[in-house]
Amino acid sequence: MRLPSWITQHLAALRAVLVFTVLLGLAYPLAMVAVGHIPGLDGKANGSLISVDGRTVGSSLIGQSFTDADGNPIARYFQSRPSMAGDGYDPTATSASNLGPESVVDTIATDPEESSQSLLTQVCERSKAVGELDGVDGSRPFCTPDGVGAVLAVFRADGLTGAITRVVSVNQAAPATPFLADYQGVRVQLAEPGQDYVAEGGIITPIRGDAPAEPAVPADAVTASGSGLDPQISPGYAELQVNRVARERGADPAAVRRLIEANTTGRALGFMGEPAVNVLELNLALDREFPAR
Amino acid sequence: MTMTTAGVIFVLSLVVALVAVYKPFGDYMYRVVSGTRQSRVERGIYRLVGVNPAAEQSWGVYARSVLAFSVVSLLFLYLLQRVQDKLWLSLGFDPVVPHGAWNTAVSFVTNTNWQSYSGESTMGHLVQMAGLAVQNFVSASVGIAVAVALVRGFSRHRTERLGNFWVDLTRITVRILLPIAVLGAFALMLGGVVQNLSGGTDVTTLTGGGQTITGGPVASQEVIKELGTNGGGFYNANSAHPFENPTSWTNWIEIFLILLIPFSLPRVFGRMVGQNRQGYAIAAVMAILALASVTLTNVFELTGHGTVPQAVGAALEGKELRFDVSNSATFAAATTLTSTGAVNSFHDSFTPLGGMMPLFNMMLGEVAPGGVGSGLYGLLILAVITVFVAGLMVGRTPEYLGKKIGAREIKFASMYFLIMPALVLIGTAAAFATGNNETALNAGPHGLSEVLYAFTSASNNNGSAFAGITVNTTWWDTALGLCMLLGRFLPIIFVLALAGSLARQQPTPASEGTLPTHRPLFVGMVTGVTVVLVALTFLPALALGPLAEGL
Repeated sequence: MRLPSWITQHLAALRAVLVFTVLLGLAYPLAMVAVGHIPGLDGKANGSLISVDGRTVGSSLIGQSFTDADGNPIARYFQSRPSMAGDGYDPTATSASNLGPESVVDTIATDPEESSQSLLTQVCERSKAVGELDGVDGSRPFCTPDGVGAVLAVFRADGLTGAITRVVSVNQAAPATPFLADYQGVRVQLAEPGQDYVAEGGIITPIRGDAPAEPAVPADAVTASGSGLDPQISPGYAELQVNRVARERGADPAAVRRLIEANTTGRALGFMGEPAVNVLELNLALDREFPAR
Repeated sequence: MTMTTAGVIFVLSLVVALVAVYKPFGDYMYRVVSGTRQSRVERGIYRLVGVNPAAEQSWGVYARSVLAFSVVSLLFLYLLQRVQDKLWLSLGFDPVVPHGAWNTAVSFVTNTNWQSYSGESTMGHLVQMAGLAVQNFVSASVGIAVAVALVRGFSRHRTERLGNFWVDLTRITVRILLPIAVLGAFALMLGGVVQNLSGGTDVTTLTGGGQTITGGPVASQEVIKELGTNGGGFYNANSAHPFENPTSWTNWIEIFLILLIPFSLPRVFGRMVGQNRQGYAIAAVMAILALASVTLTNVFELTGHGTVPQAVGAALEGKELRFDVSNSATFAAATTLTSTGAVNSFHDSFTPLGGMMPLFNMMLGEVAPGGVGSGLYGLLILAVITVFVAGLMVGRTPEYLGKKIGAREIKFASMYFLIMPALVLIGTAAAFATGNNETALNAGPHGLSEVLYAFTSASNNNGSAFAGITVNTTWWDTALGLCMLLGRFLPIIFVLALAGSLARQQPTPASEGTLPTHRPLFVGMVTGVTVVLVALTFLPALALGPLAEGL
């Protein structure tokens, strides 16, 4: 008996799928797993794990949080970048913030559970915190002194035009003090929880302020990475933390700088990527050379 | 050296490498797709599949073979996900929910690799390697096979025969994709990409906290994800994850792998039609558009407009430090100029105009250089439309490579071109009409960009995401699944129909009035037609989204 051609075609397709599954889906990856057991390659194929005194403490490629149980930075360690992976540096929940470049208005709800911060406020808050931790000026453009996004909703008589009738600092609620006393002669009000000033017709106006164009706190200290697992910080952010870490450990800052240099990767072949410092390896070196007192 | 200088050298080194491999690698691929001597492995595969490698197919049979293979692949992948808890290496994950499994199966079979799931918490190792990675290979082979069939339509005369799909599929997989994948996986493992079957290693961190270091057969999947312009990450963070892309030089290799086949296929085209200069012309169009896009993306990202990038001092949100801004922008351009959709940084947090570039790249129809195979056939369709437009200007029947572009041919070409914009715009409108746009994370113009990006990505089989949108709902999984399916297979059917119609023709000898299709004039015209068609189609939508946000 001859089967109709459309059936033979699908049977051929089924056999092809099975053949390719065995070849490409089992033989090939398992062969590569076997290759990963070659001495010298096996450490990398297994995740570049780092052991200290026979105990695995992490992977040199995966960043870690150096915070206490409450999420506060532990001062004797260099701090990693902010992370959006789970509760921070969780490899089972890798993620970026996915907040856009104009994410500048916080949701201030009556129920704190429903409130959420804009990307701008997150940046401002981190900058302020890092500045306080390391004793530098944490101010940034478009940030208020109390560490939220400096953003006004400006209401005009005829919508987009006309005299200004009302100005609200949308990211500041009581008991804060508005970051500007008045805007073009109109007194700036605080935001009321639960209000949506965008929907009410306010024109969202971020205010640059007079912070230096190059803030003391580096860019990588205030931004989350793509994976949430970024193992590195910039040499600039490491430098910012030197004095604090040296002080906490009773070490010579110059010696700490030498450790930073030893754990800095330059550009591959001189032009790929950017120089950066591996935080976990740096902190391990610190623990070895300058154990906490 | 400043970041800008290093970034420029990074791009130039990629250009040099691609130019260097164009001839040797293109010639190698030409021998693969036109050779008739079958190796023992290939003969074994034909015997197991039950096909006669010497029997050639008409366009209809070729198309039905493509569809049959894809339907069976889809069902197989769907079932594998639905029963993963009962199989080896499931890591204890539950079966994937039906709408998620449908979406993922469609996504990988159509070479889209859109992901509405999070890899490390949804898919066991077996589904990843025996399901998803297999489709990474064969969906790429299908794309190349269809492109080769179209070129045969130009190079053959007075025949119904366009080759044998099963032979093309097998030879492309075994001779092109698999050997490069083995080499590439080895190189990535040297850089630190993991390749094991571990379900995860629990460690106690320096501060006494817990961390699970994930494992998996990542390197073997990562390499074909780039080489086959697939893009589906093993982990949620895709190529931003240190285990998928650990160093700045693995980043270079991954971008090179993404561009390798699409940029070398014009050589195959030139060799097959017997005029290498035709291949150079097509490659030139691709290169002009690609370089312009890479440059603009870098400029926008390095300038860092937008409130948050200015507050930060750099567009660093969502970017890894080892790639920094410039190499992230270059990756973003490469992944959306092709149909890859892998990301090493998160486009949603790009500057407004920097984030528009990936969107614009996909709207170009992914022809510069486009996905493996789909880029070449997409650009050849645009070349056909260009000779038609040029023919209208001077009032004579247009021809391309000696084949007349008549009513029948131009109908297939226009149908091909119209499918993608129709799916994108109707899909976006439907999301807003039904209120499903509310799953977007951001409001206002950025929210529109997120919805528009999702449909553009799905309909073009790109698979990258503006990520700030929740798409694992039934509505989104279904709608985007349909867009991926129609956006992949309707164009393939029209391409093969066009190929059949061209192959039947007797070639017209070139005359005084024939438009030469290898000169800079023609290159400029194809580039212009491409940009103008996209601008006419999508400017209104772009104006409401990223342009409104960025200006």
